Amino acid sequence: MTKPINQAAAAEQFLQDPQRAQQYDQILWNARLRRDQAAASIPEWEQLREIASQIKEYTLTHLADYLEQFEANAKQNGIQVHWAKDGVEHNQIVYDILNTHQVQTLVKSKSMLQEECGMVPFLENQGITITESDFGERIQQLDQEPPSHIVMPAIHKNRQDVSKLFAEKIETDPNNDDPHYLNEMMRQNTRPRFLKADAGMTGVNFAIAETGSFVVCTNEGNADIGANVPRLHIASMGIEKLIPKVEHLAVFIRLLSRSALGSPITQYTSHFTQPKKGGEIHLVIVDNGRSERLGMADFWSSLKCIRCGACLNTCPVYRRSGGLSYGAVYSGPIGMVLDPTFDAKKYSNLPYASTLCGSCGDVCPVKIDLPEQIYKWRRVMAEKKLLSLPRRESMKAAGMVLGNPQLYRFAENVILQKVMKYFPLLFSSKILNPWVRHRALPTVPEQTFKQWYIKNRQPQNTQKKTQKNL
Amino acid sequence: MKVGLFIPCYIDAFFPEVGIATLELLEKLGVEVEYPLDQTCCGQPMGTNGTQQQASATEQLFVDCFKDYQYIVSPSASCVDHVRANLDAIPQTSEVQNVRQNIYELVEFLHDILKINHFPGAEFPHKVGLHNSCSAIRKLGTSRPSELMIASFSKSQTLLEKVKGIEFVTLDRPDECCGFGGTFCVFEEAVSAQMGYDKVNDHFRNGAEYIVSGDMSCLLHQKGIIDYYKMNLKTIHIAQILNGTSR
Repeated sequence: MTKPINQAAAAEQFLQDPQRAQQYDQILWNARLRRDQAAASIPEWEQLREIASQIKEYTLTHLADYLEQFEANAKQNGIQVHWAKDGVEHNQIVYDILNTHQVQTLVKSKSMLQEECGMVPFLENQGITITESDFGERIQQLDQEPPSHIVMPAIHKNRQDVSKLFAEKIETDPNNDDPHYLNEMMRQNTRPRFLKADAGMTGVNFAIAETGSFVVCTNEGNADIGANVPRLHIASMGIEKLIPKVEHLAVFIRLLSRSALGSPITQYTSHFTQPKKGGEIHLVIVDNGRSERLGMADFWSSLKCIRCGACLNTCPVYRRSGGLSYGAVYSGPIGMVLDPTFDAKKYSNLPYASTLCGSCGDVCPVKIDLPEQIYKWRRVMAEKKLLSLPRRESMKAAGMVLGNPQLYRFAENVILQKVMKYFPLLFSSKILNPWVRHRALPTVPEQTFKQWYIKNRQPQNTQKKTQKNL
Repeated sequence: MKVGLFIPCYIDAFFPEVGIATLELLEKLGVEVEYPLDQTCCGQPMGTNGTQQQASATEQLFVDCFKDYQYIVSPSASCVDHVRANLDAIPQTSEVQNVRQNIYELVEFLHDILKINHFPGAEFPHKVGLHNSCSAIRKLGTSRPSELMIASFSKSQTLLEKVKGIEFVTLDRPDECCGFGGTFCVFEEAVSAQMGYDKVNDHFRNGAEYIVSGDMSCLLHQKGIIDYYKMNLKTIHIAQILNGTSR
């Protein structure tokens, strides 16, 4: 039996250190501001979003055809294509390739899909030594923590944390938290591993059907070192990464980094079309629940996602909860709509970690209706009877009182105007009433609006009915 | 023009003065207003929690109360949004559809339907921070969301600018959510309170005397924070300012 993740409790824990929490919020909010600036500098920004959304929608509704076209072209280029129906199959395929090539050491760049498949622990269990090449992911790897953000995996750590971690794990000076120093020390730690690795792995940002090539975007060039130094390059790609033509790529490249970090383009946008001389490229195309998601009337459009992380940066709840509070591969708004497709019960609380403020939908570069999907997931959770007891029971009571004018009036006239007014202490327990933990109770007025209206405006024609009801 | 006035439960119970200001303002502008006495709530709390089954009786009651009005007006964007976008726990009869089409949030109604240019007697010589709620901004579309690269507009500010003496402060995060979020404010208390604190502080830091909003639910939450931390800041509903009865 999986227990539902208690995001609210983890978020409360995260907020226990106010200084750190505030710093986290501000760093991510700054990313949102940079995104706003970058978007504002492009007059056709909203048009770009619309075009991107349409390309994705078109591709997803013709996915089988484009997958076949892509596979044929990729094979023609000399890329070896593998198909995996789920994470288990993906991991096995990767392992078999590594095993055939007698790979002992592997360098990998950031891939949310490989994260989703639980690939690293699987391969490590098989005795393969893995080094993350993305700086943030490497930090997380050393700390044995999952990424807390889609594009900034260690953003919840400050430089003191990193300094402490490095001192412990790679023997740096514990009194030095200068980022340049830490960066250089990590370079010295990982560079030899990169150069000696038997194989490199990457994810895929975009796969182009007409050319059979794929594109990987990074800011550190770390995917490139992994893909180019060893003879063997294995890339993992979700089926939704396809776009039909090279000309479509420009739309997404213009949107991706501007949405993610506010920079015009990632430092490296690398196209992989064919293996180098004497080398091999293997591409594992993974479903892992995506076909099923594509069939969900309310949730299919989440497959348009290009993993930019803009919805995380703008989400006021994410910024005050920390990415790890979601207890899932994907956090923030996109996480709330993706995670339940993997395990509705385990992630049943996630769609409630939102005020439905709507900001995520408006920053999304491919116009995924995230707020609507979060809302709809709540209906699914209620239908599947996965609501927590307090939520279920309070809604039952609310539905009963608010659906009945007499009960409502009783609640107002007695509970509010008598009990709450004269015995406010009953409502001021911080244990029983979360409202008062950081908020004062509202004062109960002399009369409700309804009572005022009856006294001051009661129309003749409703007088009889009113008297009956009162 | 006959208008059915919907006063949400939390305004009815805690802020009767906001209901009164809304009613008086509409009357002053020559609108015939009726307040159906059996009304309770629009069904939003149950709907937002996904519990459609629990929402249906309340939604039916709402439709029964308001089905005969040409316009339904409410001083609450989130309730109006629920009715317009999400009141679907009950069969969508033509009666239900009419109610969903005919409902307007107060600012929308004044700005788009009545097209009011002048609020006689309205004077508010104070520095205000404007809190357009998320429902008003991103659902009803009464102001430009900062995320979208479109021309700037704000219907609530356009109305308030017609009030004598009013002065607006500029916020660091003008349309960041305040963290109320309905039942979110108790089920995710810690995050909700932190968001509320940050929001209220933004107004305070930038010199607001009042936080003004078209959504009393946001203000209920923000006022709770203000009073808890004993901050020198007041909250007021836009109807009270436009009606000239702000005290």
